[in-house]
Amino acid sequence: MEDLLQYLFSGISIGSVYAVVAIGLSMLYRSTELINFAHGEFAMFGAMGLVTLWGQLKLPLPLAFVLTVAGVSMVGILFERFAIRPVKDPHPISLVIITVGASIVFRGVAMVVWGKDPVAVPSFSSHGSIEIAGAVIVPQSLYIVAAALVLAGSLHLFFRYTLQGKAMTACAVNKKAAWLTGIPSSRMGLFAVLISSGSGAIAGIFIAPVTMNTYDMGTMLGLKGFCAAMIGGLGSLWGAFAGGLLLGILECFGAGLISSGCKDAIAFVLLLLILYLCPGGLFAQKQADRF
Amino acid sequence: MDKERVHNLLFVGVVVVTGVVVENTYLLQVMTFIGINTLLALGLNMLMGYAGQVSLGHGAFYGIGAYATAYLSGTLGISPWLALVCAIFLAVGVAFVVGRPTLKLSGYYLGMGTLGFGMIVHILFREAGSITGGASGFVGIPMLTLGPLLFEGGQSYFYLVWAVVFGAIFLCRRILDSKTGRALAAIHGRENAAVALGVDAHSLKLTVFMFSAALGAVAGFLYAHFVLFISPDSFGFMASVKMVTMVVIGGMASVWGALIGAVVITLLPEVLHGFADHEMIVFGLILMGVMIVMPQGLTKGVMERYARYKKRA
Repeated sequence: MEDLLQYLFSGISIGSVYAVVAIGLSMLYRSTELINFAHGEFAMFGAMGLVTLWGQLKLPLPLAFVLTVAGVSMVGILFERFAIRPVKDPHPISLVIITVGASIVFRGVAMVVWGKDPVAVPSFSSHGSIEIAGAVIVPQSLYIVAAALVLAGSLHLFFRYTLQGKAMTACAVNKKAAWLTGIPSSRMGLFAVLISSGSGAIAGIFIAPVTMNTYDMGTMLGLKGFCAAMIGGLGSLWGAFAGGLLLGILECFGAGLISSGCKDAIAFVLLLLILYLCPGGLFAQKQADRF
Repeated sequence: MDKERVHNLLFVGVVVVTGVVVENTYLLQVMTFIGINTLLALGLNMLMGYAGQVSLGHGAFYGIGAYATAYLSGTLGISPWLALVCAIFLAVGVAFVVGRPTLKLSGYYLGMGTLGFGMIVHILFREAGSITGGASGFVGIPMLTLGPLLFEGGQSYFYLVWAVVFGAIFLCRRILDSKTGRALAAIHGRENAAVALGVDAHSLKLTVFMFSAALGAVAGFLYAHFVLFISPDSFGFMASVKMVTMVVIGGMASVWGALIGAVVITLLPEVLHGFADHEMIVFGLILMGVMIVMPQGLTKGVMERYARYKKRA
């Protein structure tokens, strides 16, 4: 019983990280129909940025947080500006290869800057862990869950109540119609990249204290993020959130009850099941366009 | 003589002369890898270029070929040639089972589906330690023999691989010139129209998927008996991506494009060794650069540029 509760808590904590990664991917797809294979690398940059600014340079945590998110968002914008936008007549396969190429470049840069060995940062606070019915929760887990909730909540409010957010939704629904009503759709695309890379960085920052931070940590994180986004329905904010949580929980139960080796396979088995049974995601109201 | 025969003769001539002239074992090894990669690119090119279906999980078939022959000939001691037949059947069977539901998807969804399949197979290679040797790899793959001939790397293996490549190119062109090939071209042009004319698009896509899986398995077989040691990392996500890259960089829907893609993607890391730690950065930048400037691949991109240059001059 305690074991099961422990799996659930760990699952919610790692699931929140997947949720944040998935939200970033999903929001970018919604506005630009781009699947970014370099998204996991934004999370890696977030984690590495925190390692340097907070762990090594000893800047105050909030400042390190803001600087890291801003820095990674800048990388995201440069990436969109110089690698995605210049492509004339973009074919999905060429875009996939460009983003994969970018992910290789980002990993290469990280390897040169931070080396090949894993680096660690301490937890955000030195509080002891909390015990509930025999299961242990480390404070960092709570921060991760809180961060995911705050991010998803504020994005929800942003899309629902601000002019900018509504304009982005309009673009996502129909780019041409949005353009006809005077919405600058290319600027909306840039905004989507900003949100996407920024949230990727946030995922990395919050996971940094509880994982081994290496230059290639982003690949698996990004792929799991895809699975989560697909489970919830590509392009849906709360779908991505729920998909991430579900994936995290199932992974922890799988690792605990079956074997830790098959943990990574669970995400992809789920992905295939979703694609075969309801490609629009678990919460899709109607059959999604499989274009 | 028609154009095709000239190409074939030229190809055989270049291969034979290269094998005789080049004595450097390193160079021969690199060129053998180019051959193996060409097989991979040829199979995937049939699927992507002609049937119009993306696969981000083809590394799985490459791995199935390699591991099947490793287990059958290494552990069980069966003749490698018999193991090759089994490996092909296994890959085609898996492709049939996986392809049936997966190929109903399209666009990004197909990409994600094949990616998931590739990852699952990769994890199986890693976890089924009693058969595959797990993450540390499989040791003890026998060398290939054919009667008195021993293929132990160097020249003999170079010729073996390129003979298979030649056979595969020949086969691909025959298929493309046949009724199946025309049906494929019709699907690629406009799927609905092709279906209306009586082309069974789904089963045709499945057939091409199985064919490309078979070529992947052959490549895996040749790879396993060449390097004599295999580990799961050679068949993971990056391997699948590398295959897609070869096809797209070379130029889709062109048999020679697959060859050019394989040459570029195999040689690039060798050439970039000089950059040491910066190798990954330069490789990624070249990949992005080619795709940004020439989205249709090097073959068409360079040819178009040349034509424009000639017009101006």
